[in-house]
Amino acid sequence: MTYIQLSYGNLVLPALLVVMDGVLSLVLRLKLEKQLAIATMRMVVQLVLVGFVLTFLFAAVSPLWTALAALIMVLFASREIVARQKRRLTGVWKYGLGATCTLLAAGTVTMFALLTELRPDPWYHPRYALPLLGMMLGNTMTGISLGLDVLTNSLVRERTAVEACLALGGTRHQALLPIIRDALRSGFMPIMNSMAAIGLVSLPGMMTGQILAGVEPVDAVKYQLLIMFLIAGGTGLGTLAAVLGGARLLTDHRHRLRLDRILT
Amino acid sequence: MLTVNGLKRLHLCVSFDLQDGECVALQGPSGVGKTLLLRSIADLDPNEGTVKLDGTLREAMPAPAWRRRVTYLAAEPGWWSDTVREHFTAWDDALPLVTRLGLPDDCGPWSIQRLSTGERQRLGLVRSLMLRSRVLLLDETTSALDPASVTAVEALIAERIANGTSVLWSTHDHGQARRVGSRIFAMKSDGGIEESRP
Repeated sequence: MTYIQLSYGNLVLPALLVVMDGVLSLVLRLKLEKQLAIATMRMVVQLVLVGFVLTFLFAAVSPLWTALAALIMVLFASREIVARQKRRLTGVWKYGLGATCTLLAAGTVTMFALLTELRPDPWYHPRYALPLLGMMLGNTMTGISLGLDVLTNSLVRERTAVEACLALGGTRHQALLPIIRDALRSGFMPIMNSMAAIGLVSLPGMMTGQILAGVEPVDAVKYQLLIMFLIAGGTGLGTLAAVLGGARLLTDHRHRLRLDRILT
Repeated sequence: MLTVNGLKRLHLCVSFDLQDGECVALQGPSGVGKTLLLRSIADLDPNEGTVKLDGTLREAMPAPAWRRRVTYLAAEPGWWSDTVREHFTAWDDALPLVTRLGLPDDCGPWSIQRLSTGERQRLGLVRSLMLRSRVLLLDETTSALDPASVTAVEALIAERIANGTSVLWSTHDHGQARRVGSRIFAMKSDGGIEESRP
């Protein structure tokens, strides 16, 4: 495998394109230049740091360091889920629900892939475990945050309908079922759309990366298929766990709707 | 008999008995807590206190079973499906009540969206009556109805009361409170109730 290596010098000219965006913002008074500068700086610092961290992790191949890196990734993912919610839960579950579900879903499918099909040696080798987990987290996160968002918003909007069903002797499961279905449908939508469009409209980043690194396209496609199957499974698991968990948290053992557990 | 003892919810603190076949009217200005009280008895909101039906604590049975016996009907009933009949487990059995309250017998496939507030109120009442609950907690059930429909609803409820159903009926209409209630509870802003005879 051969690939064209880049030096930092090779990045100077392309970086001018961002400067061009900044000039556009100034000229057209979009007032985006400050945000743009911060975002660019963040990107550069974060990516360079990640490069060094990964270099260290790949050299160490330590289960402890790998697990720590994975944990930090999950924490950032759950923060991102909370940030995408219009309505948030109260108490520990505000972060807890998203964190538990991403960990459960992304962790399960990552382990599944590592232990059954990829089988790196050792199985927790960070070169395989971390990029895989990262892709799973990024995608299950989308499903989970969409599902939870639809769940909480619909419960607030459809409150009278849900409580009418409860008042007539319906169980919390019966009363919430239509909304649970909607929430699950929304959570599944992005992965289904991207599976349908993949290859025609979009070339996935990982596959493109492998091709640039010299991997035969057909081999890169096999990897991408593996990833897509894992993502589909992970999104399904995570969205299901998050929506059912959220529905349970927003009702109680006496089958009451507990919207007081949503922060206003 | 429904026994409510030391029921507490926010500022409310209420105790009373409701005999079988008795109707009590619940009155008081808007925002005083009439809806809160009715919802608490049906256990739709977290609340404290002992509430019993014929000596059985509501906590002794699952909440859905309790609510099928002690049924709360909101002033604006909620709808979870698109058409009228989807909200009824046995639409054909409900039809006699539907027509009695002045709705046409072909309203089953009607979309909920096109119903007027009054139609929703009457259909919501029929839906709750189909449970044949022991206790009905009615919240402004006739607030959007014309006088003829109000009369029809009151007659229908009176039949249920004669058959042993107990009713706690929240209403702003003093005339209605006197017509339907054998007792009247006036809810006060301190969260208590004051009993009077019509």
